[in-house]
Amino acid sequence: MTLFFEQTLNGLQFGVMLFLMAAGLTLIFGIMGIINLAHGSIYMVGAYAGTLVITETGSFLLGVPAALAVAAITGIVMEVAVIRRLYRRDHLDQVLATFAIILILNQAITIFFGRQPLFAPMPDAFSGSVELLPGLFYPVYRLVIILVGLAVAAGLYILINRTRIGMLVRAGSTNRDMVRALGVDIRMLYTVVFALGALLAGLAGLMAGPVLAVQVGMGEQILITTFVVVVIGGVGSIKGAFYASLIIGVVDTLLRAYLPGLLRQFMVGSEADALGAGISSMGIYLLMALVLLARPKGLFVADS
Amino acid sequence: MSISKLGRPLIALAVLALLIALPLLAEAMGQPALTSMVARILIYGIAAASLNIVLGYGGMVSFGHAAFFGIGGYVVGILYAHHASGDPLLGFIPGTNQLLITLPAAILVSGLAALVIGALSLRTSGVQFIMITLAFAQMLFFLFVSLKAYGGDDGLIIRRANEVPWLNMRDKQTVYYVCLAVTTVFFILLWRFVNSRFANVLNGLRQSEKRMAAIGLPAYRYKLAAFVISGMGAGCAGALMANFLRFASPDMLHWTKSGELMVMVILGGVGTLFGPLAGAAVYIALESILASWTEYWQLGVGMILLFVVLYTHGGVQALAQRLVGRQT
Amino acid sequence: MSLIRFAAASAIALAAASAAQANEPVKIGMITTLSGPAGYLGQDIRDGFQLAIDAEGGTLGGVPVTVMVEDDALKPGNGRQIADRFLNNDGVKLFTGIVFSNVAGATVPDIVDNGAIYVSPNAAPSNFAGKECHENYFVVSWQNDSLHESAGQNASNLSYSNAFVLAPNYQAGKDAIAGFKRFFKGEIVGEVYTRLDQTDFAAEMAQIRDAKPDVVFQFHPGGLGISFLRQYQQAGLLETVPMVVAEPSMDGVILNAVGDAAIGINVSSHWNADFDNPANKQFVAAWNKAYDRPITYYASQGYDTALAIASALRATGGNLHELDAFREALRKADFQSVRGDFAFGPNQHPVQDWYALKVVAGEDGKPVLKTGEKILDDHSDAYVAECSL
Repeated sequence: MTLFFEQTLNGLQFGVMLFLMAAGLTLIFGIMGIINLAHGSIYMVGAYAGTLVITETGSFLLGVPAALAVAAITGIVMEVAVIRRLYRRDHLDQVLATFAIILILNQAITIFFGRQPLFAPMPDAFSGSVELLPGLFYPVYRLVIILVGLAVAAGLYILINRTRIGMLVRAGSTNRDMVRALGVDIRMLYTVVFALGALLAGLAGLMAGPVLAVQVGMGEQILITTFVVVVIGGVGSIKGAFYASLIIGVVDTLLRAYLPGLLRQFMVGSEADALGAGISSMGIYLLMALVLLARPKGLFVADS
Repeated sequence: MSISKLGRPLIALAVLALLIALPLLAEAMGQPALTSMVARILIYGIAAASLNIVLGYGGMVSFGHAAFFGIGGYVVGILYAHHASGDPLLGFIPGTNQLLITLPAAILVSGLAALVIGALSLRTSGVQFIMITLAFAQMLFFLFVSLKAYGGDDGLIIRRANEVPWLNMRDKQTVYYVCLAVTTVFFILLWRFVNSRFANVLNGLRQSEKRMAAIGLPAYRYKLAAFVISGMGAGCAGALMANFLRFASPDMLHWTKSGELMVMVILGGVGTLFGPLAGAAVYIALESILASWTEYWQLGVGMILLFVVLYTHGGVQALAQRLVGRQT
Repeated sequence: MSLIRFAAASAIALAAASAAQANEPVKIGMITTLSGPAGYLGQDIRDGFQLAIDAEGGTLGGVPVTVMVEDDALKPGNGRQIADRFLNNDGVKLFTGIVFSNVAGATVPDIVDNGAIYVSPNAAPSNFAGKECHENYFVVSWQNDSLHESAGQNASNLSYSNAFVLAPNYQAGKDAIAGFKRFFKGEIVGEVYTRLDQTDFAAEMAQIRDAKPDVVFQFHPGGLGISFLRQYQQAGLLETVPMVVAEPSMDGVILNAVGDAAIGINVSSHWNADFDNPANKQFVAAWNKAYDRPITYYASQGYDTALAIASALRATGGNLHELDAFREALRKADFQSVRGDFAFGPNQHPVQDWYALKVVAGEDGKPVLKTGEKILDDHSDAYVAECSL
């Protein structure tokens, strides 16, 4: 039972991490109508910038603003130089352009930082683990990730539901043309939304640093899963992205943890393990296909 | 569209003549490897043109076409593996190394896969369609990665290319001519398809599904048929690729391969007959020329792709037409 | 056609005759992976290879060479395309460099079937070691399985009685677990296949803690390994459950990126930077002088591959037109390997010793790999009997 609780917690933590990526992506998707394959590259840029500053200065606290700022600036530059020209184009051109940005950013990082993965130090205050339940030790850093993720979710909730920007964002995601017709400076709004998405991706990259490998191509690993989250949750819906992240995180973790064991009841050990791993890696895609077949627009989008 | 009706077939015939003479020319220029690069371009050209049927003519953005490409390749690989070992597949299907059997088999199997995937995916549209096709391709990718019997991630080596009666398939030029022949037949069929009533309906569906529904056309069935035809074409290309590389691997089904096929279509010109072939030529030539210049070649590829998408409006074909002063 | 062939053939004959006098450099085609997360592997192989050339002042075995390096981007099709161009346009007869088994699968058959030599500095899948072995195909690194067999032997030597094993769910991962089991005498209490695109290993950590094994064996190369080890430490398992790994899960770069999370881990390897032989000392010194980054066993394999090629070039005077003589010379392995003893077995794969290493805190506080006892002596591979050479 403790094990099950721990695995669920692991799933939540993974889900929260996905949420930081998915929140930005779904906003950009829903409000600007842009398919941004390069969102993972911003995550990578954030991780590199944060890690560089932390290693050079020895202070985690300085790394946080550095990662956020560099990610946001990358986002703004990307929006102004490239994305802005693509609003009126179809999805194909957006896919091609952002695919090109992936290639460019990956190669730029290789040229500046080399091909070796970086060492991202763990802040001392968060190393070690705490006993949550008798016999259940849980790494502090993972708890911090969960808390940060929940705080971001709460912050976004307030931003979207209580501020003027949020009102425009909500309006923009339901009817883009109407907002434009009402005379809102839609260009500015787009830049702000894109920068916000980039900032969140940078935060995710920074926090992933001490847990994962900071290396070229780290963005593509998480990109596809993020897209799955966005689509399951319903494009443009932050609420949807939040629940879908947690669902994907927990389902994915529990499948990996328990499916091989279940299959072992019916077949030989090693075959069960291999089959279980195979099914669990398809699991999230299967889930997405099922959700879309039942609700073609995703879970949290009102049928129009 | 105002290119004279006579001009286009003439250009196509001239290109075909050039392609037939290519092995001799390449040898004379001291660049024999050009032949196999062009073979690769032709194969990717078939795959990209097939994708273009759904992408350009049907307006369905499939991000999972590498799945059909890979299935085509694996049909050839798996049939060869059972031919080499002598055990029948699933206990009753004998393996074979005859191209005249494996190629139709590959087309058939990828067509069936496209039927299943298409039937489910077409219930959605827009962004959701992009993602659901990607999801199915990813599932198949992980399936082949974990298939230990067929090499898993390491891939399946096909020691000898498939045989064709009266031809020596160990000779590289023969393989090239087989690829060229299949490509020619494919594009003739595609040309007839593009000018058919079916393609007109598809065009209409892309512009307005409601209007077509109003005149009583079953949109779903037409789109599904287009998706299946497109999958069959990609499977045919995959089967040729497996013969050309003498190798099939999950790399053929990876999502970046779907992306590359899409890039070729956009690069060449969406919704044009020969655009995807031109796009494949540009992409592969670019990749191989830049890679031989610098190890940071992906930077160059990225920059050029970005330039094409931002400034050409319609890919290299549109660019070329504007350069020679024609109106599109 | 026959006229062209004839012309080409006589040109080759002419070139052969003049090569000796004009000292035309021998072309070496290096197809390797330089982009993406695995780019550092190819980079180290290339730079290690180059060090051996530089040490001789631009020659290998006294024969001038030009190395043509190209990135395969870990795509089998690209590798094949590059090989084709090198073979047919540039007349390259000597190839090396491929990092990954899948690229090798698409590329190597074409090279060896066209009468060129391939010398592998890394990947060596089982089929090429057994049934599909070829007289033109040499491996300087190891057969893939040997890496994990040595880890299994290491765990047995350390007298662990049960193990929990983890590897990604792909061919190399399954081979790793099979190789480990072949030499581990204890019981397997848990066998988990992770994913190739996995970033979070918390679920696996919980399973390990629950199973309470004597030892954990895991195979996660590159970035996967970095994530795995850091999360292993963060889960508090590093202090409680010891770990054995093979060298791909703990190369110099991974060690550098995980830091303290590696201390205490048992590694098995055919080479380490602290090996006490003159060839290795020269190599390590040259590396540290030339590059400001951690030395890896990939670099040592690139260097050794260059030395092996040098030995054959020296014996034949750089004449690659008589392949029989070149193969004969290469097979003797007449060079001082940085790993000490080295010989080719009948399938032209290495016969070599494997050592137990341990990660300890170095003098400057940074963790380093320290060599311990020998675990396998003159070890060959499991497929040599299937090879008909």
